[in-house]
Amino acid sequence: MSSGRLTNFLIPLLAVLLGVIVGSIVMVISGYDPIAGYSALLYGAFGDSYYIGETIRQMTPYILAGLAVAFAFRTGLFNIGVEGQLIVGWLAAVWVGVAFELPKFIHLPLAILAAAAAGALWALIPGFLKARFKVHEVIVTIMMNYIALHATNAIIRSVLSDKGYKSEEIHESASLRSEFLQSITDYSTLHYGIIIALLAAVIMWFLLEKTTKGYELRAVGFNQHASHYAGMNVSNNIVLAMVISGAFAGVAGAMEGLGTFANISVKAGFTGVGFDGIAVALLGGNNAFGIILSALLFGALKVGALEMPSSAGVPTELVDIVIALIIFFVASSYLIRLLLTRVKKEGK
Amino acid sequence: MEYVIEMLNIRKVFGNFVANDNITLQLKKGEIHALLGENGAGKSTLMNVLFGLYQPDGGEIRVKGQTVKISNPNVANDLGIGMVHQHFMLVDTFTVTENIILGSEPTKLGKIDIKRAEQEVRELSERYGLAVDPTAKIADISVGMQQRVEILKTLYRGADILIFDEPTAVLTPQEIQELIQIMKALVREGKSIILITHKLKEIMEVCDRVTVIRRGKGIGTLNVADTNPNELAALMVGREVHFKTEKREATPGKDVLEIKDLVVKDARGVTVVNHLDLTVRAGEIVGIAGVDGNGQSELIEAITGLIKAESGSIKLNGKEILNLPPRKITEAGVGHIPQDRHKHGLVLDFPIGENIVLQTYYQEPYSKNGILNFKNIYDKARQLIKEFDVRTPDEYTKARALSGGNQQKAIIGREVDRNPDLLIAAQPTRGLDVGAIEFIHKRLIEQRDQGKAVLLVSFELDEIMNVSDRIAVIYEGKIVAIVDPKEITEQELGLLMAGSKRKEAGVSS
Repeated sequence: MSSGRLTNFLIPLLAVLLGVIVGSIVMVISGYDPIAGYSALLYGAFGDSYYIGETIRQMTPYILAGLAVAFAFRTGLFNIGVEGQLIVGWLAAVWVGVAFELPKFIHLPLAILAAAAAGALWALIPGFLKARFKVHEVIVTIMMNYIALHATNAIIRSVLSDKGYKSEEIHESASLRSEFLQSITDYSTLHYGIIIALLAAVIMWFLLEKTTKGYELRAVGFNQHASHYAGMNVSNNIVLAMVISGAFAGVAGAMEGLGTFANISVKAGFTGVGFDGIAVALLGGNNAFGIILSALLFGALKVGALEMPSSAGVPTELVDIVIALIIFFVASSYLIRLLLTRVKKEGK
Repeated sequence: MEYVIEMLNIRKVFGNFVANDNITLQLKKGEIHALLGENGAGKSTLMNVLFGLYQPDGGEIRVKGQTVKISNPNVANDLGIGMVHQHFMLVDTFTVTENIILGSEPTKLGKIDIKRAEQEVRELSERYGLAVDPTAKIADISVGMQQRVEILKTLYRGADILIFDEPTAVLTPQEIQELIQIMKALVREGKSIILITHKLKEIMEVCDRVTVIRRGKGIGTLNVADTNPNELAALMVGREVHFKTEKREATPGKDVLEIKDLVVKDARGVTVVNHLDLTVRAGEIVGIAGVDGNGQSELIEAITGLIKAESGSIKLNGKEILNLPPRKITEAGVGHIPQDRHKHGLVLDFPIGENIVLQTYYQEPYSKNGILNFKNIYDKARQLIKEFDVRTPDEYTKARALSGGNQQKAIIGREVDRNPDLLIAAQPTRGLDVGAIEFIHKRLIEQRDQGKAVLLVSFELDEIMNVSDRIAVIYEGKIVAIVDPKEITEQELGLLMAGSKRKEAGVSS
């Protein structure tokens, strides 16, 4: 039991390490100094309080996107549509933030709930199609991503602005921004969203592991036939799992809309956060606590990378390569598991 | 003495687990040699060593007197060793010939010479009396025929030592008889056979010698003529085994399950349960005897609500339960030991503890206000693990890690503990060894004695004859006869199952 847990912890760690090593080989081949490169990355992520603030701000939507992917995965579904659900959540949050004027203790929760509801609704469609007609959720969610992207762009142009490219700024009463958090991090863009993200991780853990509904969702995820035999309603549980996953994704959008940007602008392409969520969930072992750690890593890589071109002359593209390598090694965890057992055997 | 295969003092270790501990098996030319042992005794490991899938950690293998090293299955093939697997390795959409030549296709100018291959397959089939049509599609032929295709596959590759891995597990009684004839024909033609099995009757009927292994150790090799089933069972299990399950006369009470005029169609719209009537009373075990595919699975799935019936009536204690959702039927008092324990019976990736509450997780004391009470769940699991002798490291172990027999015991524990009025047991002992079978039969009879109605479906005639108080014969979706097990022979029952009328089968009453 404990050795199994240790391996589960060791594998992502080794994957990251291997990604870093192969990344430095790539840097050397391309004529850059990997030590300088990684020092810049590290400094850019944790070097002073400003960078730490930025890293935490960046990890916030990653946690939620990772939770969305992981929740679906734990219940036997592959939600590739987190990106789209995040975008509609972002739009819904900003819309509520702009359209209403309410006291903060109503306005802010309302905006976040609107984002969750929008994401849930966006995920309801593939969930329903899967449960009712056995349409594969991967295909539907991918398509829903494009619908989300272009539909929100149209709404931003025609409804939230007068043919402009971005909405108005949300009212202060719907904002997650915090002067206190900004002041202690040397005026970074850190906002209260991190608290919501950490809370969401606890909710996901509690829901899946401790509740009766979570038991049902996990059972359906592992074995639909046995769940049917046991008297569970398989279709309803599939839809519910997608809806909950979508709600997490929608809240991830709210973090951007109410915290980081305070508005929504027309997007030329996907934000990428939803897709990175797949990697975050994978690296975090689809486990709430693991996702927090892997979101921290991804946040640090994303933010730290900004420092690499200026202080080490390493292009940001190389950071993307390192991230890709890490994901590659996580995905091939079987290989690492094999290596680990071999090392253990020889150790004996 | 001429041995075609000698496995001497084979030792195979996995981690700390000794799967084979100095086992010796010597196969004479032209004999049928049984390899007997319980599940997990190390039979498969030993045969995988012979077939080159595992490398032994000690010992020596000789083929026709020569010491050999079998590093992979191709080497085994070249040495003339062929394996007829328990789970067939056939491509459903290919023809018999295409399956047989797969991997060693005869070619002419880079094109497969299917005509020549068909001719060769036909000749082989005729020579050993297999009666296989080389042009038939695998999907269209019976399980017994598919097994013959597997046999042909090994013969086509020139095997003269054949390993049969539990070949009768999937066959009907008639098909088993035919297989026995085929095996005898193979031996007459100079082949040698190793038969892996835990069915003693088959060994007595067809084998020349038998090697018994128990918990990885070789117990010894006996001449079948000098032994008997009781001795073999005792050697295999390590204690006395009772075949005839002890039971007193049934004292049936009121009707618990009443099925009238039930019609069920399968997914393709074919009527598989055809106006079926059946009654099971409290305090009796009704066994459904029939060849696989005569509507047994659909009958049970319709009773338990897993599929919808077309028409008819199913009453439990006088209350209509036809086409109710599975949960309502479960709550009404039906326990179900499903035919496929991996598909329906267990969530394999859940711990045993969570599997124990698969139908009751939402009820108190396992759940309150939507929150699970793991203490109560695992307390129950511990109790049932003890009561039903489920061998598992602990209640947190995933169901997947348990052996088939222990998985089945856990399911039976769960179903019996819910205290249902009707207990349905579909193939409850499939793939289990004699020790576990004995245990499960005892439990079923215990349920009967407590006044429960028990409906047993099995393809094993022994089991049906042994455990049932009444036997209902199912043929093409209908109950064609109800017979008393004390007044019928297996042969007569077999004929009824094949669709003969009662008179022809020689049953008077």
